[in-house]
Amino acid sequence: MGGILVFAELQAGTFTKGSLGLLEAARDAGASLGLTVDAAVCGAIDDGAAAGLGAHGAVTVHVSEGHAFDHAQPVVDAVADLQAREGYRYVLFGASIVGSDAAAGLAVRLDAGLVIDAVELHDEGGSLVTRRSGLGDSVLAHCAFTSAVGVVVVRSNTYAPAEDAAGSPAAVRRSTPALSAHALALRVTGHEAAEQGGVDIGEADVLVGGGRGLGKPEAFALCEALAGALGGAVAATRAVVDAGWYPYASQVGQTGKTVTPKLYIAVGISGAIQHKVGMQGSGTIVAINKDANAPIFDFADLGVVGDLHAIVPKLTELIRARG
Amino acid sequence: MKIAVCVKEVPDPTAEKRIDPDTKRLVRSGENTLNRYDRHAIEEAVRLREGAAPGAEIAVVLVAPASASRTVDKALAQGGDRSVHLADDGLSGSDIVATSRALAAVLARDSYDLIVFGQQGSDAECYVMASAVAERLARPCVTQVAALALDGSSLKVKRQVETGYETLEVSLPAVISVSDAINEPRYPSLPAIMGAKRKPHEVLSLADVGLAAGDVGVDGSRTHVSALSKPPTRGDSVKLEDDGTAAEKILAFLVERKVVA
Ligand SMILES: Cc1cc2nc3c(=O)[nH]c(=O)nc-3n(C[C@H](O)[C@H](O)[C@H](O)COP(=O)(O)OP(=O)(O)OC[C@H]3O[C@@H](n4cnc5c(N)ncnc54)[C@H](O)[C@@H]3O)c2cc1C
Ligand SMILES: Nc1ncnc2c1ncn2[C@@H]1O[C@H](COP(=O)(O)O)[C@@H](O)[C@H]1O
Repeated sequence: MGGILVFAELQAGTFTKGSLGLLEAARDAGASLGLTVDAAVCGAIDDGAAAGLGAHGAVTVHVSEGHAFDHAQPVVDAVADLQAREGYRYVLFGASIVGSDAAAGLAVRLDAGLVIDAVELHDEGGSLVTRRSGLGDSVLAHCAFTSAVGVVVVRSNTYAPAEDAAGSPAAVRRSTPALSAHALALRVTGHEAAEQGGVDIGEADVLVGGGRGLGKPEAFALCEALAGALGGAVAATRAVVDAGWYPYASQVGQTGKTVTPKLYIAVGISGAIQHKVGMQGSGTIVAINKDANAPIFDFADLGVVGDLHAIVPKLTELIRARG
Repeated sequence: MKIAVCVKEVPDPTAEKRIDPDTKRLVRSGENTLNRYDRHAIEEAVRLREGAAPGAEIAVVLVAPASASRTVDKALAQGGDRSVHLADDGLSGSDIVATSRALAAVLARDSYDLIVFGQQGSDAECYVMASAVAERLARPCVTQVAALALDGSSLKVKRQVETGYETLEVSLPAVISVSDAINEPRYPSLPAIMGAKRKPHEVLSLADVGLAAGDVGVDGSRTHVSALSKPPTRGDSVKLEDDGTAAEKILAFLVERKVVA
């Protein structure tokens, strides 16, 4: 009773790495707080795979079934049900599309506090206090809950699971929650898997990232030429992928890929936090942006305030000339 | 059809952002403006009014200090028909949960078929308000919508998730938030800017929407910032203005960093 519940998210049938890492972080925080950790799984999964979450710290794995759980609101119904039965004190989610949205709905449902974008979990005097990053990561706010239940969304890529995770299998319990009417008023009608093939941006030593500052899809040729000269590949922001300028497979960030090239050159990218979480592990970051206030300059090693159309072709020429 | 667009007032991006060490809140006394992500939400509502939902009425809804009239005018110039502004001193210090309570109380006064949010606030980068408000109103919700089409009493939408793109169908009344790539917001015309002030403005107090002081603000919040600290920084960084030699300087930097031979 009164422990920590972690939402273990299934994507395309497997647990996300982020939720396994989060389970382990919750186990560590729970050990200090004197709280055990359970996992909530929504959707079809066999007993073996569910019990395997024991290796990452789960004592009991609650599997909610009987629905597709393919969007956030059914997850709210399922997790609220578990909280009501088991009296969890804290419920933790990773910052995925479903995870963040479900966390917000759950906090409202339970009249619980909600901390978004948490980057650290601490035991302070027997309570969970999270650190949330703010103002372009220039400050960490220590957030405590004033409610009986606390809901946390942990920033993407904060916790990675151990390679050699070991532990006894978790107990598995299954239930079929009732869904609220509004959860049923929405239907997922189709899914377009990300097209694979082409260059794997995760493998490239050099990435030239293009954003909406390019102005039009054709301008990606500038990034391709620069990447070509450097022997690298081209990455993109969600803004240009959503707009259909560049393929989904090249997207870096919270909903895209996480990359750690030796060099990342951001061209016409504002540097929103959801892009940053996917590329901040790069060795060297260079940014070209005409807006001196763009957040990207807060985490670039070299920031150039200027017009990409003037700078990028010239840089490409200079690099080519070195042969 | 009745559409509400929720817009947030945020610190102007050019103004230096600061947290008050005593209250541990973002200082909002400087220059403020309309959250840039919300321009896409207004634009999408305007496109519905011009297309699949002729005659739709667009209300711009915000919870912000009384001084937010410039932000209201900007949102109306962008295409809103009227504004509904909850302004009350008791709101200051509201966290996500408290703000969602205030916003839902304002929205519940009217029967909106569609409530549209921006993808995120440029100040908080928090992006979950749509889900929180939808839960309070017991409405279906789709966030981060990249394309939408109105089809009778349902909305067909497309959005990005971690595994690709999905299409969804949601019956109205519903709540959505839109990606900043869903459209290119138009620049308001001079008559639209001039006309904004003459559109109906409704300014409400907490009592008007049936809330007590304890429901919002610090008392209505469920989180408390107990301290502030500095995160680790990335190390030295150089920022320069292009004077015509930026390409040479970037190359020199790359050579010095040994990422270019
Ligand atoms: C839940 C969620 C998940 C998300 N996931 C992701 C993700 O995985 N990846 C991601 O990237 N984003 C993601 N986003 C979106 C993110 O918040 C930003 O909206 C997006 O990264 C912005 O892309 P951008 O930098 O290309 O565009 P903008 O923010 O529009 O920036 C364009 C920049 O180009 C500059 N510019 C314009 N013209 C020029 C010029 N001529 N020369 C130089 N500079 C110029 C401008 O000054 C501006 O800074 C997500 C958002 C949410 C809410
Ligand atoms: N105080 C507010 N008043 C009206 N709308 C808001 C307010 N705060 C947030 N929103 C809406 O919620 C979206 C996400 O904001 P946030 O959750 O602050 O990142 C914004 O784009 C707005 O549409």
